Amino acid sequence: MSTVARIPLSGWGRLPISRQTLLHCRDRSSPLPLPDHGTLLPYGNGRSYGDVPLNDGGYALLTRGLDRFIAFDATTGLLRAEAGVTLDEVLKLIVQQGWFLTVTPGTRFVTLGGCLANDVHGKNHHVAGCFSAHVTRFELLRSDGERRICFPNDPWFRATAGGLGLTGLITWLEIHLQPIANAWITLENRAFRNLEEYFQINHAREAVWPYTVAWIDCAARGSALGRGVYMAGRHAPVGTNPPPIRHSQWTLPFTPPFSLVNTPVLRTFNWLYYHAPRPRLGYSHYAPFFFPLDHVRNWNRIYGPRGFYQYQFLVPHKSAWAALCEVLDRIACSGQGSFLAVLKSFGNLPAQGMLSFPRPGVTLALDFPNRGAKTSRLLDALDDVIRQAGGALYPAKDSRMRGDDFQRAYPEWQEFRSYIDPRFSSDFWRRVTEQG
Amino acid sequence: MQRVLIFGATSAIAEATARRLAATEVAFFLVGRNPKRLAAIADDLGVRTGNRAHQEVADLDELDRHPMIIDRALAALGGLDLALIAHGALPDQRACQQDVGKTMDSIHTNALSAISLSSLIANRFEHAGHGTLVVIGSVAGERGRQSNYVYGAAKGMLAIFLQGLRNRLTPAGCQVITIKPGFVDTPMTKEFAKGVLWAQPDDIARGIVRAIKNKSDVVYLPWFWRGIMAMIGMIPEWIFKRMRL
Repeated sequence: MSTVARIPLSGWGRLPISRQTLLHCRDRSSPLPLPDHGTLLPYGNGRSYGDVPLNDGGYALLTRGLDRFIAFDATTGLLRAEAGVTLDEVLKLIVQQGWFLTVTPGTRFVTLGGCLANDVHGKNHHVAGCFSAHVTRFELLRSDGERRICFPNDPWFRATAGGLGLTGLITWLEIHLQPIANAWITLENRAFRNLEEYFQINHAREAVWPYTVAWIDCAARGSALGRGVYMAGRHAPVGTNPPPIRHSQWTLPFTPPFSLVNTPVLRTFNWLYYHAPRPRLGYSHYAPFFFPLDHVRNWNRIYGPRGFYQYQFLVPHKSAWAALCEVLDRIACSGQGSFLAVLKSFGNLPAQGMLSFPRPGVTLALDFPNRGAKTSRLLDALDDVIRQAGGALYPAKDSRMRGDDFQRAYPEWQEFRSYIDPRFSSDFWRRVTEQG
Repeated sequence: MQRVLIFGATSAIAEATARRLAATEVAFFLVGRNPKRLAAIADDLGVRTGNRAHQEVADLDELDRHPMIIDRALAALGGLDLALIAHGALPDQRACQQDVGKTMDSIHTNALSAISLSSLIANRFEHAGHGTLVVIGSVAGERGRQSNYVYGAAKGMLAIFLQGLRNRLTPAGCQVITIKPGFVDTPMTKEFAKGVLWAQPDDIARGIVRAIKNKSDVVYLPWFWRGIMAMIGMIPEWIFKRMRL
């Protein structure tokens, strides 16, 4: 492990930016590099959006060097790998051998350690629960040199799953995979005209489809409020042989001087997306189905040098309808639409992590270009709605939630505190526990 | 099935190269000094290739162990198609100047050890009438500079040795490939500030795999170092000796 000078780092939202000294982890059997002063925080592939991976003035433990597989049993689907391995690397290994990730978020450029530390969820949450539900064990390396093997239901497991990297360095983990017959997804698309129709469709589809998600046109208003497209999928059965697809990859090579996302662009994009002809039933390769945005490398640059806010919240089922209407109405009125508003209802499987985000309810993820005070006002107004509805914001996407909102939505935070490694800290944690 | 023997398998360039080779049908025999790191890399390659990688913990400064290691590799793999010699150590030039023992140690590790292994493998390849030997040299071996001439001298000796070996083995149908990397961002160079000329180990690995496929002789990686070294080579000695390099 070695050091380099202090450099600026940010999450995927490109805001905020903080400065820290980089420490490279390359060997899982090495002790943690411990400087005399200052705190550490693991930094994986930089795909969480806000300040969860940042530790201003401290040290970033770069985990991408821990990128080795340890064991894979192709008969049982049990995979053990170092924490810096990305899902992309895992998929390249397992898909051709007939296996798939049991839970995957919307990008494959995240590390396994990051998936556990944020206890991520996917389109199949209603049947499979969160990422941590399929982790069978992992090793946690603490700053005092202790190596702890954690198993499900162990309090250290519950603290580290969703623990935002604060409990120590996850060096390796073991996960259960699911068998698949091929790389294809059978899918069904269905447009809905408003939120009422969404809830009807969702109720029926969730009972039979393992993957469900909806996109919402958040520029629509009035009777079309909450219109969108419902997408359901499952792994294709044996014998499926769709025509080959083109795998092209686009890259945004530099950051434009201003955000390319503005109100007319958003309105046009959303209108086109809603009205685009799409087959009601069909096949898709798994990559565009699960990871549509991975198609464009560095898509986050589209928002220009000021970056953007991801805003993902959850509201309980009973208050979901009213809260979603209110949120969509406030967004539509503000004229600050979101490119891709993604709606998903979570199942009732309880998450293990003390700070895990998923819980029964409906979650909506939005992104907003940073337009300074105007955006802050809108997000504050949305916070009010979420608070009233008894909802929660997702730390992995956040850089601005109020401390009291965090503490209310994550009541186990006090208990969690005792599991934090004394040499670990983050901008996020200081923000939500030391202020307001 | 390609049978591959790697010396210095825990080096960043060797590991990256092995991973790229693992995308094809391949069996590995890995030699490295640190047992835990070697085991981690062997496990990783085992998962990637679907069959267990053989491993041997050894300090390659011990030249008298070389024949036995090569015998074991040949026995385990049932023959040999490709050997990669990637071990090396960047010495502290100033410390070498103070302590001639350190200079000798560096020559031993970076030149003599690699020459010993190359000789033994060359004889096997020549006998079999088949085989590719890839050795990591360095652009530092082209011209002696005050900041790095001990390491440079070792790599320079190695390059000339390999040139001769190539000349000898070509009629036997064997390849000898000298890889000359420029600056590479690896644990070996962790003390250096990194600029635009620095490459990642995987960039070098890609070049090595290409060189094997193309049956190249001497390869600069990345490619632009060929031009840089040609220009450095043209500077007259009476100017060069006054430069601070």
